[in-house]
Amino acid sequence: MFSGFMVHAWIVATLVAIVGGAVGFFIVMRGSAFVAHAIPNGSFAGAAGASLVGVSTLLGLGVFSLGGALGIAMLGRRGRHDVATALTLVFMLGLGALFLSFSVEYEPELTSLLFGEVLGISNNEVWPTVGLAAVSLLVLAALWRPLLLASVLPENSSGVDPFRIELAFLLLVALATTMTVPVVGTTLIFSLMIGPPAAARALTVRPGVALALSVLIAVAVVWTAIALSYNTNWPIGFFVGAFSASAYATGRLWSFAVQASARSRHQRPATVLTSR
Amino acid sequence: MSSVLHAIFEPGFFSSELTPAAIGGLVAIVAAGVGAFTVIRGQSFAGEALGDIGSAGGSSAYLVPVPAIWGFLAITVAAAGVMELIGIQRARGRDLATGIVLGFGFGLTALFLYLGTTTTSTTGAPIVILFGSLAEISSSYLPIVLALGGITAAILVALYRPLLLVSVSPELAAARGIPVRLIGAAYLIALAVAVALADLTIGAILSTALIVGPAATALRLTSRPAHAALAAAGIGLGCVWLGLLLAWDSYYWPHHGWPVSFFVVTLIMLVYLLAGVRRPNAARARRS
Repeated sequence: MFSGFMVHAWIVATLVAIVGGAVGFFIVMRGSAFVAHAIPNGSFAGAAGASLVGVSTLLGLGVFSLGGALGIAMLGRRGRHDVATALTLVFMLGLGALFLSFSVEYEPELTSLLFGEVLGISNNEVWPTVGLAAVSLLVLAALWRPLLLASVLPENSSGVDPFRIELAFLLLVALATTMTVPVVGTTLIFSLMIGPPAAARALTVRPGVALALSVLIAVAVVWTAIALSYNTNWPIGFFVGAFSASAYATGRLWSFAVQASARSRHQRPATVLTSR
Repeated sequence: MSSVLHAIFEPGFFSSELTPAAIGGLVAIVAAGVGAFTVIRGQSFAGEALGDIGSAGGSSAYLVPVPAIWGFLAITVAAAGVMELIGIQRARGRDLATGIVLGFGFGLTALFLYLGTTTTSTTGAPIVILFGSLAEISSSYLPIVLALGGITAAILVALYRPLLLVSVSPELAAARGIPVRLIGAAYLIALAVAVALADLTIGAILSTALIVGPAATALRLTSRPAHAALAAAGIGLGCVWLGLLLAWDSYYWPHHGWPVSFFVVTLIMLVYLLAGVRRPNAARARRS
């Protein structure tokens, strides 16, 4: 499980978990789950198109996830944001369906593209992933304060144009998407970006601690998923989805228990706490 | 004249595309009617999530021998129930609840497809479930689609007034004694059925196009909900039928036989963009 090509899988998957957990923290803070679902899912068309014209999958993913981010940002300026997101997503997926119908050999690649294939990570994907991870984390560090402020207080972000913040955030999601898709697949990145940070948010209110916790949970989810996927041969996506959901459920139960004990200790009327 | 018609409707269109046109048209109308409320209520993500989760039901049909529609239906209705339970009715945190359910659903799809393709050596299953295959749909689906579409339309018509009030102003509805949560739950069930139908028609991950696209376009053109629902039904029907026609004609294009779903989704996107060009001021006014 730790020999030869699997070493690359472990390195890449760990990087993916770190970036996913960190970017996911902002997705949860901003309540942008739909966007975080749309960009990775839509980037599928990029991978399908890349194999059609014969360029690297990472390039295709990058182009389409950036295009998706820009499309959502532009369409979202005029009209309803969730509608813009939904239509951008389905349009990109429609293109993906078209590209798929053009290419001949697709079935195993399609499944690994959608649901992840840890064992298929080849050597030449390690260095681009390391590079993308570094860039994502640097961007995240640079944006930390304005993004946090805009996420917590959307109306009161002291002079920073909310559209530019939103755009920067969408591009960050696109970056993280590009490096994550080859490992966990277009459909399951989203679980990795939502479950661990949501669990972390349920456990603590301090942003720094929540970010660290989110990364830790994401790494734990990915490591367990790889180990089980390697041993059972089941798709890694199933384990990522199941563990992310369990992490979230555990976090919710924990915070519920904490609230309940605090409530009984302070003898507050229950209506005050449950009315929100 | 006949040669022009002949060039548009390539030979054989009317004889072999009748079933897809009937099923696709019915589904487009139901989906657009339901979708008008989805857009008004801001539940696009819920619609998208239900559609995607439906893929788990569709792929389980390759494990147990039942028609895919029942798999789609069972899982979308179940997922709607779970979403309702964990609190989709509140704006705060509902994205997360939706997302977690969605992620888990995709995980199940991955597993079912894996088990389905390894145990039964089915090929092409992911494509059919995720991206649809309206052109090859069996006419045996017609009665089921008719029944489910009828039920959904009946729920919508019966709930129309209270649902509209609940969607536009929950507080006012509650003050008038309308059971807000019950209406919301009933609507979510109607949405789940419509999504299952759309899953069957243009594929699990494209179903949102039929639900949200025509409705959002119609709401750009008119602000009256009843007009919007009717206009949405017309737009949906037009996009599906034109998509079928283009897909049929595309057998004579390079690469032969482009997918119907691609045309339907692209047409819906185009119509939405055109509606935005026509009324830029209205869109801007609503945003502010």
